[in-house]
Amino acid sequence: MTAAPTEVSQVRVTRWTRTSRFGTPAVTLIFVILFALPFMTALSNVRSVTDLLIFIILGSMWNLMAGYGGMESVGQQAYIGLGAYGFVVRADQLGINIFAAVLLAGLIAGVIAFLISFVAFRLVGGYFAIGTWVIAEIVKLIITQFPSLGLGSGMSLYAMSSFDRDLRIAVSYWIALGVTMLALITCVLLVRSGFGLGLTAVRDDPTAAATSGVDVSRAKRLVFVIAGIGTGIAGAIITISTLRVQPDSLFSVQWSVLMIFMVVIGGVGSIEGPIIGAIIFWGLREALADYGSLYLILLGVVAIVFALFFRGGIWGLIQRRRRFSVFPIGYSTSFDGAK
Amino acid sequence: MNLLDAVFQGLMLGGLYAIFAAGLSLIFGVMKIVSLSYGAFGVMAAFLALHFTEATGWSAVLSLLIVVPLMAAFGWALQRFVLQRTLGGSALPSILVTFGIAIIIENVLLITESADQKRMSLGWIDTAALELGVIRLGVYPLGLFIFSVLLFGILSLVIARTQFGRAVRAISEDAPTVELLGIRPKTIYAWAGAIALALAAIGGVASGIQTSFSPTSGGMLLIFAFEAVIIGGIGSLWGTFTGALVLGVAQTVGANFFPSQGILIGHIVFLIFLAFMPQGLSGRVKRS
Repeated sequence: MTAAPTEVSQVRVTRWTRTSRFGTPAVTLIFVILFALPFMTALSNVRSVTDLLIFIILGSMWNLMAGYGGMESVGQQAYIGLGAYGFVVRADQLGINIFAAVLLAGLIAGVIAFLISFVAFRLVGGYFAIGTWVIAEIVKLIITQFPSLGLGSGMSLYAMSSFDRDLRIAVSYWIALGVTMLALITCVLLVRSGFGLGLTAVRDDPTAAATSGVDVSRAKRLVFVIAGIGTGIAGAIITISTLRVQPDSLFSVQWSVLMIFMVVIGGVGSIEGPIIGAIIFWGLREALADYGSLYLILLGVVAIVFALFFRGGIWGLIQRRRRFSVFPIGYSTSFDGAK
Repeated sequence: MNLLDAVFQGLMLGGLYAIFAAGLSLIFGVMKIVSLSYGAFGVMAAFLALHFTEATGWSAVLSLLIVVPLMAAFGWALQRFVLQRTLGGSALPSILVTFGIAIIIENVLLITESADQKRMSLGWIDTAALELGVIRLGVYPLGLFIFSVLLFGILSLVIARTQFGRAVRAISEDAPTVELLGIRPKTIYAWAGAIALALAAIGGVASGIQTSFSPTSGGMLLIFAFEAVIIGGIGSLWGTFTGALVLGVAQTVGANFFPSQGILIGHIVFLIFLAFMPQGLSGRVKRS
């Protein structure tokens, strides 16, 4: 209680650690280099990297919601579908500029996520997981009611026909890259803020967080909506690269399988984990694409092994000896020197 | 189809959903063990029964004599050696492991079987029906309905009256304290896992006779069972039974007014319950 102020001043609290001071600029540099990728390599590769970026967005969003918010949704395909349909309606039927339409599609998914949260938040844990799955089914069944949305067979996207094929692939890549950066920046800023601290507290113990003054349902809702927006934008980007919306594939629970396996293998509850998971997932897919079912079985086994024995995922294994972070999200203390 | 007939068809359909939801209600509702692989196990059992009947020429009902013990043994081992590790603390590990198991089963079936719709037959019973004025009750659905009432009767007696049932209820409240009293929660969990998969097998085979199934139909089975559990109220067996009937009636009566929208109407009724009556029909206070 009577500690002298001079003693306190010896401790320096910083947000930037030695690794993040190096890691963040490195990641930024990689992104800058990646912007030039369409000029450097074949378009088939650009297309493939676009898929990787979509995986990173989906993984980061799922991780934000599950790893920090403690909400393990199995129904995120609802927002992929909503984003995709929202994009086609904005871009084709209303003729809005495609870049604006991508963001609007995310916004629509976010608004619907906000509305859905009031029902979904009645459930927690495993009940929440299956409940969100049911809600995704409902969203699909409702969307396929409308003849103007192509009923059960979906629609084609025409807004991109003004671009030639090469430019279209490059444009969808650049959009994906820009959104990936935005998604990662959002995650870093959110997690590093006081709000993120509250959120982590909610994940670890909602009751204790509430007694410490965290508005639990507001915090969860905000993250749920952000994840909805990000996932919706990913849905719009998927549509730009496939040029079609098909309800059975967009609303497939396989998307949730992808997000969950990716995040858990990479490392849940860290910014770096989903990126690692996405790269592994993508690499495996490139290598095992011809095996289809066998590939999913393998992933299932790997994910189960991680869930049982390595809860922190690959990022957790990397950090086993020494904790470090690529992004400045925590606080670190250092002593300026002994008295 | 007239309304009265639709209601009765719905009740019969609800009987089928109830059989499948019984196991989920026990492990997910009463014991609070997350399971996302429950639907996949039902489909797996249906395929086992299908192969058994094809190989031996026996009736699909007789195949239960083999399939149910097999699935029960599998359920016991799975709960004891895999799922037991995921219990306690965060729900994520158990969500992930059971979801992973569901994906593995689905894809193994896609490789070994085909993606085609399959169906099992009981011969003349498939189409036999009782004509009661405007109502036409199929013999098989009626038999299922009666069977499901019996099943829930036995199950709730076991949970309410036996030593095992007391242990199950106690463990779902407070496992560490139960352990102090000399009961091993691991054993009880394993037996509950065995019973749940035995029930999933019965439900899977029963629905494989009534409607068609494919390797990917596990998700829908899980969703219907889950809706029945939530509508009925988490933790109540008879609540699940009633919830299944409500769901069945909602689907058939809904389809009566809006053709081919039965499933959507069923989902919407589930959402209404979730939004306005989250404690379900049984009205028990939900514990997270």
